[in-house]
Amino acid sequence: MNIAREHFRQPLGRTPFHERMVALTTSEHWATWNGYKVPRIVDKLSIEYFAVRSGCAVMDLTPMEKYRIEGRDARAYLDRLVVRDLAKLRPGRVTYVAWCNDEGKLIDDGTLFQLDESRYRLCSQHHQLDWLLMSARGFDVGITVETHDVAALAVQGPTSYSVLSEAGIACLGDLKPFDVTRSDCAGIPLTVSRTGYTGDLGYELWMEPGDAEAVWDAIFAVRGRYDVHAMGLNALEMVRIEAGFVMPGFDFNTAEATVRNDHDRSPYEVGLGWVVNLDKGHFCGRKALAAEKARPPRRRLTKLVVDGNRPVGEAFVYAGRNGKQVGEVRCTTWSPILKANLALADIEFINGKLPEPLWARFDYQRELKWHTAWAECHAQSKPFYVPAHRSLTPPARY
Amino acid sequence: MSGRDYDAIVIGAGHNGLTNAAFLAKAGLRVLVVEKNEYIGGATVSRELYDGWKYSNCSYVCSLFRPEIYNALDLGRHGLKVVPLTASMTFTQDGDYFGSYSEPNVRRRELMRHSPRDADAAVRFDADVMRWCRLIRGFLLRTPPDPGSLKPRDIFEFAYLLKKFHELSETQICEFIRFFTMSIAEYLENYFENETILAHYSGGSIIGTGLGVYSPGTAYVLLHHAMGDVDGNVGAWGFARGGMGAVSGAIASSFRALGGEIRTGADVEQILVAGRRATGVRLASGEEIRSGIVVSNLDARRTFTRIMDADDVPPALLERARKFKIRGSSGKLNIALDGMPTFPALPGGSPLTLGHMHFTDTLRRLERAYDDWKDDRWSADPYCDFLVPSQYDPTLAPPGKHMATVFVQYCPVEPEGGWTDEKRAAFGQTVIDQVAEYSPDFRDLILHAEIRTPRELEDEVGLTEGNIFQGELTFDQLLFNRPFPGYAQYRGPVRGMYMCGSSTHPGGGVMGAPGANAAREILRDLRRPDTTPAEYPDD
Ligand SMILES: Cc1cc2nc3c(=O)[nH]c(=O)nc-3n(C[C@H](O)[C@H](O)[C@H](O)COP(=O)(O)OP(=O)(O)OC[C@H]3O[C@@H](n4cnc5c(N)ncnc54)[C@H](O)[C@@H]3O)c2cc1C
Repeated sequence: MNIAREHFRQPLGRTPFHERMVALTTSEHWATWNGYKVPRIVDKLSIEYFAVRSGCAVMDLTPMEKYRIEGRDARAYLDRLVVRDLAKLRPGRVTYVAWCNDEGKLIDDGTLFQLDESRYRLCSQHHQLDWLLMSARGFDVGITVETHDVAALAVQGPTSYSVLSEAGIACLGDLKPFDVTRSDCAGIPLTVSRTGYTGDLGYELWMEPGDAEAVWDAIFAVRGRYDVHAMGLNALEMVRIEAGFVMPGFDFNTAEATVRNDHDRSPYEVGLGWVVNLDKGHFCGRKALAAEKARPPRRRLTKLVVDGNRPVGEAFVYAGRNGKQVGEVRCTTWSPILKANLALADIEFINGKLPEPLWARFDYQRELKWHTAWAECHAQSKPFYVPAHRSLTPPARY
Repeated sequence: MSGRDYDAIVIGAGHNGLTNAAFLAKAGLRVLVVEKNEYIGGATVSRELYDGWKYSNCSYVCSLFRPEIYNALDLGRHGLKVVPLTASMTFTQDGDYFGSYSEPNVRRRELMRHSPRDADAAVRFDADVMRWCRLIRGFLLRTPPDPGSLKPRDIFEFAYLLKKFHELSETQICEFIRFFTMSIAEYLENYFENETILAHYSGGSIIGTGLGVYSPGTAYVLLHHAMGDVDGNVGAWGFARGGMGAVSGAIASSFRALGGEIRTGADVEQILVAGRRATGVRLASGEEIRSGIVVSNLDARRTFTRIMDADDVPPALLERARKFKIRGSSGKLNIALDGMPTFPALPGGSPLTLGHMHFTDTLRRLERAYDDWKDDRWSADPYCDFLVPSQYDPTLAPPGKHMATVFVQYCPVEPEGGWTDEKRAAFGQTVIDQVAEYSPDFRDLILHAEIRTPRELEDEVGLTEGNIFQGELTFDQLLFNRPFPGYAQYRGPVRGMYMCGSSTHPGGGVMGAPGANAAREILRDLRRPDTTPAEYPDD
C-alpha cells in the first residue's frame, strides 16, 4: 500500500465501495472503522436489521484487518499461534480462531481461511502484524497485511443465496457453512466464503479493489426481483449480539492494549473455552490456560436475557436485587425478532459458580428525566438466536 | 533575636518557590518570596528582549504542571491558559519526514507510511508507556517515604508504594525495572524497527540529561516527558498563552491575592541559623530578614554550598551536595522572525508546523551528538526541538511576525578554554544552520536571536552548571534519593529550613509538585491544616 504524504488532509480513508455507499445513504450517519469511513446507518436501522433477518443485507467489510500467511511452515506456524486445533482445517475451509499471549490472555479472535495447501488468510478485528511477525521467528512463513488490497463484502440474510445466484455467482449451492472457494461474478474473479458475523445464512465476497464497484453493481442489479439493502455497523451490532458473537476490544480488552493489571481476559473468561484445545501440542499461552482450566472459574462473559423492554444501556449486574455487585454489562441490544433485551455481561463467579439470581441495575431516560430500574437477568448457554435455515445446504431458494 | 518579620521566607521566585509560597499563604502564613533577579519565574519565564517579541527564555512547553495545583490555586482566574499542542515531527535527510499527528487515524496511517509493523506495535507501546505513566503519576503529589524509617507515616507511604507495584503483574514488575534501567534506544527497539520512528520517539529522553540515547537510564526520562497531560490527554503538551512566564505570573498573582509578598532584586547571600534553627536570610545588600521558616527554591548544590554556612551543613551532606549530578547539557535559542519560515518537505497546510519539529532522523546521529558533548564540545549536529508558538499565540510577536523557540541538546557546561561570546555565537550558528537545511528562507527571516548556553542559564537563573532540571533525572537521584538519601522529605539539616525546587521529588519540569509537596511538609511541622491538593485518582 502506497500512502501519500498528504494523507493527513483526509483523516478517514475511503473503501472501494465508498461512492456506492454515499449514493445509497440517506442518514449520512458515518462511523470510523480501522481508519475508514463506513456507515453506522445507511438508511434506516430497522430496515437494515430486518434485511439480515428476513431478506438480504450487504455490508462493506473492507476495513477488517486481513493478513496473508503463506509458506512451507504456514500450518505449523498457525498451529503454534492459535489456541484451536487446526487438524481438521483443509484447503477450501474456514475456521474461527483466537490467539493469546504467554499469560493466556486473548490478543484477538478472527477467521482463518485456508486458500490452498500453503496459503491462508487471517481476518481479525485489531491490528496484528506486530504480533504475527513476533510469533513467526523460526518459521519459514511470509506474513503480509492485505487489509487495503482486498475489498470485502458481507452479503447476509435468508435470501442472500438467491440474491448472489441471481447476481451471477455460480456454484453457491454446494457451499457448506465455513467453506471457501474461488468463483466469479459476471466474469469478475472473486473468492466466496460461507461465513459471516450475523448468525444468519450469509456469504463473504473477497475481490480486487478495482472490481469492487462492478461486483456491488451486479448484486444491487437484482433489486426489483429481490429486496437488497446496504447495512451499517449499528444493525450488525444487533444481529451479532443475537448470534452470541463476542467483539474483542468492546466486550473484553485485548491483551496488548490493556493498561491495568487483570483487565484483560482469557478465552475461558469470555466463553471461548470451546475453541481452546490443550491437547493439540504446544501453542502460545497453553501453560497458562492449562493452569486456568484446572482452577475453578473466576468469571465469565455471560449471555443474559434481561426482563422487560427498557433500554439497558450501561448497567451493573448484582447477585440478587440489591445484592452484591458481581459484574457489568458490556454490550446490549433490544432484539426485534425475539422481543427481548439481550446482553453480554462480564460476571465474577462466586465459589466457582455463576451467582444466581442475577439482577441488572441501570438508568434510563424518559423525556429527559432519569430513572433507575432493576431487572432480573436470565443466563443463557446457547446463542440467543440460531435460525435453522442458516446451515441448510443447499440453502432455501426464494 | 528580635521577633520575626515573616512566618516564612521562600528564596527564589521560580515556579516551585511561588507554588510553595502560595500554599503557605493559603494556610494563613505571612510569606515573603525573595528573588535575586528583577523579574520572577526562574526557568519559567518570558521576557521581551527584542521590541515587540516575547521569548520564553528557558522552558517553553507545558504539560507536567499538575492540574490539581492549577485548580487549587485558581490559576485559570489568574490568567493562565494552556493551549494543547497537536503534533510533533522529524525531518529525514532524504527530504521526507515522519509526523506524529494527534488525530489517531492520521497518526496510525503516518506510522504505516513508514512501517506497517511499527504502526501495529504502537498499540503495545502506547499501552505499556501508559501503564508506567499511571504508576508514576500516583507519586507526583506525595512525599517520598524514607525507606529506613519506622514512623507510621513513612511505613504508610512505603506501603502505598508497594501497593502500587503490587497492582502490577509479576512480568510487569520485571518490565518496569527494565524500563527504569534501560536506554531509550534499546527500549524503543523492543517495539519499533524504523530508523526515523526510533529517532523521533527517543529524542524526548535525552532532553536535559548528560546521557545519550544508548545510555542506561534514559528510558525513564521518556516517561518524564510522556506523563504530563493537557485536559486529560496524557502525553499531550501545551503552550501557555503568553509564554511560560504566564505560568509563574498566574501563580504569583494567586499568591499575592492570598496576601503574599514578592521582592525582586533581592539576592540571598546566606540562610541565617542560630542554635541549629533557621532564623532568616541575609541579602547581598546586607539586609537581614527574620523568619522561623526558610525555604530554598535553589538547586540542592547551590543551596548547601552557596547560601548556607558550611558549619550548618553536616559534612556528609555537604559532600553529597558537591557530588550531586547536575551536569548541564542543554542550550536554547529564542528567535524573532520576520515571517513564518517554510519547510519544503511539508505539503502546504500541514498541521505539523504547529508542533515540535526535529531534524535528527537516526539514533546514530543522536549518539554522535552526545559524543561531542562528552568531549566538551557542543554537538556539531545537535538534537533540536524547534517550535513556532506564535502561530497560535498572538501575544508573542506582532501580527504576521513569528517567534521560534529552539531547545538544543547537547551543549557543554564549558567548552575547552571556557565560553566566550564568539563561541556562543558559533554554537547558535550551528543550530541555525541545521534548521536552515530544512528551511531555506529561515536564515533571512531572523531579526534577533537570544542564544543561551549553560553559562547563561547558570548566570541568569542560577541553575548550577545550567542543568535544566536542577539535577539529573537518573534513577539514583529519584524518589527517596532525590536530592539525596535521607533528605527526600523536603527538610534541610537545620530546623525550619526546607527545599522546594526541582532538585527535590518528583524533579524537574514545570510541574509545581515539588513546591506543593514541600508546603505540605512545612504545614505538617507547623501543625497547620494542609492546603495542598491530593492527586486526582485515575481509577
Ligand atoms: C532551557 C530550558 C528549557 C526547559 N524546557 C522545559 C519545558 O519545555 N517544559 C518543562 O516542563 N520544563 C522545562 N525546563 C525545566 C523547567 O523549566 C525547570 O525544571 C523549572 O522551571 C524549575 O523550576 P524551579 O522553581 O524548581 O526552579 P528555578 O526556576 O530554577 O527557580 C529558582 C529561582 O531562584 C532564584 N535564585 C537563585 N539564586 C538565588 C539567590 N541566591 N537569591 C534569590 N533568588 C535566587 C532564581 O533566579 C530562580 O528564579 C526547561 C529548563 C530550561 C533551563
